[in-house]
Amino acid sequence: MMFVPGNNPGMMADAHIYGPDSIMLDLEDSVTMAEKDAARLLVHNALKSIDYGTTEMVVRINPLSTPYGRKDVEAVVKAGVDVIRMPKTETADEVRELEAEIIKVEEEIGCVGRTQIMAAIESALGIVNAYEIATASKRMMGIALGAEDYTANLKTPRTPEGSELLLARETIVVAARAAGIACFDTVYSNLDDMETFRKEVELIKNLGFDGKSIINPRQIEVVNEVFAPKRKDIDKALKIIAAIKEARAKGSGVIAVNGKMVDRPVVLRAERVIALAVASGILNEEELS
Amino acid sequence: MELKNAVAGTLESGDIMIQIGPGEGLQVELQSSVEAQFGRQIKELIKETLTGLGIDNAYVKATDKGALDCTIRARVTAAAVRSTGVDVWK
Repeated sequence: MMFVPGNNPGMMADAHIYGPDSIMLDLEDSVTMAEKDAARLLVHNALKSIDYGTTEMVVRINPLSTPYGRKDVEAVVKAGVDVIRMPKTETADEVRELEAEIIKVEEEIGCVGRTQIMAAIESALGIVNAYEIATASKRMMGIALGAEDYTANLKTPRTPEGSELLLARETIVVAARAAGIACFDTVYSNLDDMETFRKEVELIKNLGFDGKSIINPRQIEVVNEVFAPKRKDIDKALKIIAAIKEARAKGSGVIAVNGKMVDRPVVLRAERVIALAVASGILNEEELS
Repeated sequence: MELKNAVAGTLESGDIMIQIGPGEGLQVELQSSVEAQFGRQIKELIKETLTGLGIDNAYVKATDKGALDCTIRARVTAAAVRSTGVDVWK
């Protein structure tokens, strides 16, 4: 998910060319208070006019407690945004308040249920309430960590190894999995240190995150490389899926592949590898049949 | 509708700066690197956007840096809203 400032038309026009899975147009922190009105209009018109193809379009709105939040919701829902990202989410009630605002606009334009919600969790209170936030609405498609505000709230600096974020990251993954929604890690803002960035992406992938927030197209390749399954893992997963299909056809529940027992969790992991391989474009439908 | 002088947009690549103020009819002065190819179209779009907002009298100075139509529409609307004080959102 690539962050793009909502008041920069040049970047907004070109962002999808680099091939991110999703683009988050920002109306919050990257836009000064004096430009909130103009950015809202830019984002509204860009969403209506620019062909972003299959890229998922997300807009980070201003909090509803500010004078800008409700107008942001109206502007982006009317423009047909896929997902509204709610910043600094601390309670389930805030999600429900946003949902009510979305419904109001959707009813006006006759498309109730279209807009999804992603909540950014950026404080200790948000982490404590992560599961309640994740399950606050049927529109919740994911939760995300916002590490800069979170570490400020914890009264700690952000370190390269990220030990201060471990509890928050694990809590978000567990809450998202328990709620059956997606989870996204925070941004890494030092563009000159791609090595630490890669380590961070490897860490969050192993923790179970579905994706990483990025601030520059240069970071896309690293995220895709880390998240794309390796050929040997894909081959192993294909073998497991083939073996389990054969076993099911014979009415057998448990099987062995390469001398190792294959049970349900192994099959689930194999299915995720295949899904990621298809999403990454490494595997096509023909190889699956 | 009474207009005050207002500005929206920047001079960055891909943007357009719109300066708006009181005028007789819709007068648009355009400066653009693509004026020869798209000048007439850009001026028409600016006028059409203003008419859509109920503004029939205004002087507009537009400095274009290769903005897309959606950007021109957004910047003209932002300048008009700042100029009239009448928002397009509820």
